[in-house]
Amino acid sequence: MKEKPWKPWLLLSPSLTAVFLLLIVPVCFVVVYSFWLRAPSGMDIPAFQFGNYAKFFADSFYPVILLNTIRVALETVFICLIMGYIPAYFFYRTESRLKPFLMILVMLPFWISFIIRTLSWINILGDSGLINHLLLKYSLISTPLPMLYNEGAVIMGLIQYLLPFMILNIYVSLDGIDKSLTEAAQSLGCTEWQAFREVTLPLSLPGVSAGCLLVFVLTCGTYLPPMILGGPNNEMIANLIFKRVIGTLDWPFGSAISVILLLLLVIIVYTYNRYMGINQIFKSLSKG
Amino acid sequence: MAAGGLFHKNWEIIGLTHAKDPAFVRFQGIEKRFGDLVAVQPMDLDIPEGSFVTLLGPSGCGKTTLLRMLAGLEPPTRGDIFIKGKRINDTPIHKRNLGMIFQNYALFPHKTIFDNVAFGLKYRDVSKAVMKEKVEKALETVRLPGVGNRMPSQLSGGQQQRIALARAIVIEPDVLLMDEPLSALDENLREDMRREIDNLQMELGVTTIFVTHDQREALSMSDKVVVMKDGFIQQEGEPEEVYNNSVNHFVADFLGHSNFLSARVKTRKNGNYEAELADGSICIASPVGEFDVGEKAEIVIRAQKMTLGYKKDYEKEAGMNDFFGTIKDRSYMGGEVSYFVELPDGQLLHVINFVKRSPYRRGDEVFIRVDPFHCRLLKL
Repeated sequence: MKEKPWKPWLLLSPSLTAVFLLLIVPVCFVVVYSFWLRAPSGMDIPAFQFGNYAKFFADSFYPVILLNTIRVALETVFICLIMGYIPAYFFYRTESRLKPFLMILVMLPFWISFIIRTLSWINILGDSGLINHLLLKYSLISTPLPMLYNEGAVIMGLIQYLLPFMILNIYVSLDGIDKSLTEAAQSLGCTEWQAFREVTLPLSLPGVSAGCLLVFVLTCGTYLPPMILGGPNNEMIANLIFKRVIGTLDWPFGSAISVILLLLLVIIVYTYNRYMGINQIFKSLSKG
Repeated sequence: MAAGGLFHKNWEIIGLTHAKDPAFVRFQGIEKRFGDLVAVQPMDLDIPEGSFVTLLGPSGCGKTTLLRMLAGLEPPTRGDIFIKGKRINDTPIHKRNLGMIFQNYALFPHKTIFDNVAFGLKYRDVSKAVMKEKVEKALETVRLPGVGNRMPSQLSGGQQQRIALARAIVIEPDVLLMDEPLSALDENLREDMRREIDNLQMELGVTTIFVTHDQREALSMSDKVVVMKDGFIQQEGEPEEVYNNSVNHFVADFLGHSNFLSARVKTRKNGNYEAELADGSICIASPVGEFDVGEKAEIVIRAQKMTLGYKKDYEKEAGMNDFFGTIKDRSYMGGEVSYFVELPDGQLLHVINFVKRSPYRRGDEVFIRVDPFHCRLLKL
């Protein structure tokens, strides 16, 4: 049969076109915008200057928000990892007939709008929300606990949004591990826990790694949980962009912040893959 | 017995000979249920020390479940398991000191070959130097020295299974358990691997339980074959015994190519029985068990035990059973030819013969001759 080198490209062309038109082109717009000048009149003037970037680093206000974003993202990743590994491991081990049903429960949140899900936390955590209402009713507290509009509430909102991603990523990785590997390890003298540490955990690291990266990147780019559940001090970088672009219509500066965030994420993802890539994980573990 | 011989001779020389335990591994009233399904019916089974025992049967016959109960991977519903006379029901898997070989090799993909083989030693308080020595020796035993630094994915399937073998024997297990270790390999590789496992077992003299659905593996390697079906043991014995003296239809059918003829017992004659076949002709058959006159029974004849001849050359030979028919179908298999011969009443007999001059052709009129010794009369 004659080889048709163009065939894979033909098959890929719809996705490539979509990616190009809906992702590459808009990103290019944003990059171009970030160099424009914003006149005091509110007009955007085409230009090539670094004023917007200089403004970002002019004082500590913006960089601190960027660092806070990264810190919140890392905290979210860590909590999601702990909270996600356990159910993923349960799904891997269980032979229960309820497994498909429970898997659907994990995905159920995706069926409800993200905004609604986030807003509903107000009814649970708010001063007159469910928890405070019950605690007050049974006189366990005298004044409502301040559970909303702080970093804890933001992280909670992020977790309820991102946990399914973590669970599914880890589960997919675990599911690819042959269960006879654990049995082999046990037959060679491992306890169940040792077999988990020696075999299952290292082999599930690719999924852990992918899940962590996904949660991190999504946290860095999200603005709804801090906007709805956070207080004035819990702004994250995406809120800043949102405010600049939607609020003050300052497209050039909003674009510059976007580009900074994008570059930062690219550097992080690249470094992460370089040092935490699947091969590296395997290699470093097999030495021990 | 084939296995153990070499090793035990050495033992005699160095004066370490001891009586072999006929029940090194003992299943006593063992039973396994999964909900309503009975995977292993209550059974007793003894496995002698140093022997190579095969659990043979189709999928779902309970052979793997039996093995997994011994390994400690499934708890028995009822009954006891003993190794070296010690009840091990409550011994967790990691303390049973068993070597396990899995169908899909089950090598740890993230560890080097050395670390794979050394894995069991790590949990056995072995010094680094001794560990290295033992691993190297195990790799030599499976004829793969010097691959320690490679990863499992860099080896072929057959090599991976040999590493799995090295990993299992390096801990000097009391019993070696193999769960269909050859089924993932290519046909020609399987033959080599079969011999290799057989030789290795003989060399080490380790008690081995081998689970398979392949009758050729079972017959060629084992000291004892245990044929199972639906959770019941159908027959256990040496390969020749099980093959030649199959006790029932299932065993005869599962092992090799068998023909079954329904018959009615007529008279007893010199230890054999004359039986009337469906078409009214008489067939002399050697019985498996006692039969009453008039009892309905079944005659089993192995395809390889019958010889063909041209009908025009037919001469009666006293005491032999003869059938006449036409070659209906044949398939040439190199050294031998597999024929289907149609008898006058329409029944097909499967005959496998070596080619003498030229193979028979479709439509040839032939006679089939078979010694009554090879016609086994079975209870229905």
